[in-house]
Amino acid sequence: MNLNTVMAHRLFWPVVMLLVLLIINLLAFPGFFSIQVRDGHLFGSLIDILRNGSPTLMIAVGMTLVIATRGIDLSVGAICAISGAVACSIILGSSDPGSPATVAVAVGVSLLISLVLGVWNGFLVAVLGIQPIIATLILMTAGRGVAMLITEGQILTVNSPPFKAIGSGFFLGLPISVLIAAVIFVFALVLTRRTALGLMIEAVGINPEASRLAGVRARGLLITVYVFTAVCAAIAGLVLTSNQTAADANNTGLFIELDAILAVVIGGTSLAGGRYSLLGTLIGALVIQTLVTTVYTVGIPPIATMVFKAAVVTAVCLLQSPRTTELIESARRRQAHRRAKAVTA
Amino acid sequence: MTATVVTPSSPIATAAGRARDWLTNPKYGPVIVTAVLLVGMFVVGASRYRGFTNPQVIANLFIDNAYLIVLAVGMTFVILTGGIDLSVGAVLAMSTMIAASLLQAGWPPAIIIPLILVATSLLGLAVGLMIHYFQIQPFIATLAAMFLARGLCYVISKTTISITDPVFIALAQTRIPLAPRLSITPSVILAIGLVIVAVVVLHYSRLGRTVYAIGGSEASGVLMGLPVARTKVLVYVISGFCSGLAGVLYSFYTLSGYALTAIGTELDAIAAVVIGGTLLAGGYGFVLGSVLGVLVLGTIQTLITFDGNLTSWWTRIFIGALLLVFIVLQKVLTARRT
Repeated sequence: MNLNTVMAHRLFWPVVMLLVLLIINLLAFPGFFSIQVRDGHLFGSLIDILRNGSPTLMIAVGMTLVIATRGIDLSVGAICAISGAVACSIILGSSDPGSPATVAVAVGVSLLISLVLGVWNGFLVAVLGIQPIIATLILMTAGRGVAMLITEGQILTVNSPPFKAIGSGFFLGLPISVLIAAVIFVFALVLTRRTALGLMIEAVGINPEASRLAGVRARGLLITVYVFTAVCAAIAGLVLTSNQTAADANNTGLFIELDAILAVVIGGTSLAGGRYSLLGTLIGALVIQTLVTTVYTVGIPPIATMVFKAAVVTAVCLLQSPRTTELIESARRRQAHRRAKAVTA
Repeated sequence: MTATVVTPSSPIATAAGRARDWLTNPKYGPVIVTAVLLVGMFVVGASRYRGFTNPQVIANLFIDNAYLIVLAVGMTFVILTGGIDLSVGAVLAMSTMIAASLLQAGWPPAIIIPLILVATSLLGLAVGLMIHYFQIQPFIATLAAMFLARGLCYVISKTTISITDPVFIALAQTRIPLAPRLSITPSVILAIGLVIVAVVVLHYSRLGRTVYAIGGSEASGVLMGLPVARTKVLVYVISGFCSGLAGVLYSFYTLSGYALTAIGTELDAIAAVVIGGTLLAGGYGFVLGSVLGVLVLGTIQTLITFDGNLTSWWTRIFIGALLLVFIVLQKVLTARRT
């Protein structure tokens, strides 16, 4: 494998970006890669990146599949807020907030509600044929209002050890939220790559008309994909809420839809639909979270985080643009041409 | 079947047919529906709440939403070409921050305001170039611009900066009387002026026709020899300029700059444009429709304020519900036609 084929791989620039960020961290803070075992749990900056990045990754996995069908889901942030609000209000309303049964009911109900929200999004897109960006904008706009109604405009703080474990607990030494994200990731990967599902999703994204003629039932497929994303968003919302031990209808999952979409785009999946890469999404989510961590370790003032993020996003997108590849290619050809000329002369 | 079947040529049937044609026309139908809805909301408001028919209520609608009208005008240009601009809210916030911080540093408003407009237009230019020449999707390019603008807000200041400049205060507090007990602000005149310019540009200039052509079919536009590249970049410059102007108007309105201001305004602007009957796929729509869209959103807010029993988060649920109704309506209207 020569350098050209490696460079042409669509995950080349995202991986380079991730490595560059990690090296910057290592230079700024030599102990960056060390992982310690404390009380049987793993601790370290890398574990922190994984843990803080897990909600974004969960949503990004669902978002990848939605984007592959030529769609987009803007409502995931609002679904996060709703699921957190539902779970917290159930736990607060119960007589025994600390019992695992209460938490199980709360989690179950919020996942069920997210199922309904996902069907709603899917119905608008697949049955009514509304553009996905607008169809999900409806729930994005109204969703936070609904979450506010559930919490009655207040921040619901819960004190429930089993619920707290979802976001900040450990299992087999690893943070539970990372394990949940890993399960979702592997589930999606196996389900879409070991069966024909992934192929059908790509077919619908590349050419809905042709896939219909080929006998792919786009309607059910689209609804399934939106439902899956909504459930992922609800789980992420539970993790976020559990991390803060409070449901905040205004701020839970704020802008997480943008981070998730960015993770997908950085991972090389085109917003125009079609071919997708879950592995790319994983790298994209890690790039975004590492970026945030870098801001802290390098000592860039946290207020400049968003400027930094804008710079990295722009850089990755420009590097991945087909136009840039063309420019690099023609520059290299010109150089080779010049060298050949020099040899003959 | 009896002999009294109305023949298609009878005046009633043709009038009904024409009305149906107008309503199912993707160009006019949604705008007409929005206008009817706006009137309907006023009738409901007038019948339920005292003082709703006061002309100043309508004037306040313009005063409170002047900045949103300006944003919606810029957004209409972008959406007509089939693009989208997510950065407008953050750019608006950035403009208020630039205005407030430079005023605090003692710069004269006569320099600051043009400076803001140039800066935001340049940001729009950068976004447009990224979208056209590097083929980055508008969603992502404007998202990056949104992060940049919002980040710069924090870099300028984390705290609220109040504006004490006499010129800004004068512009904020001046009332232009239209009739006894009816007045508007200079911002409203600016916003309406911009709307008029936008209407003229869209309907009576080459630029405007090219904008519609790109929305209809970009490939056909290129084949027809229209300046597609220039126009596609230019709509983002226009949107940047409008966001800057909206920021200036917003700083007149609030007399302060705050980094977290106007979060989610881009969604209001997009909602206003959609409710105003512009198709997101591009090619169909009017600036005046977007103005109607802004007025509908403003009227929802006013109704909720007049009611007093509904909490403010109902606003967002209503806007969401209204968006749904309009989009489904557009879908039904345009589907029946084809």
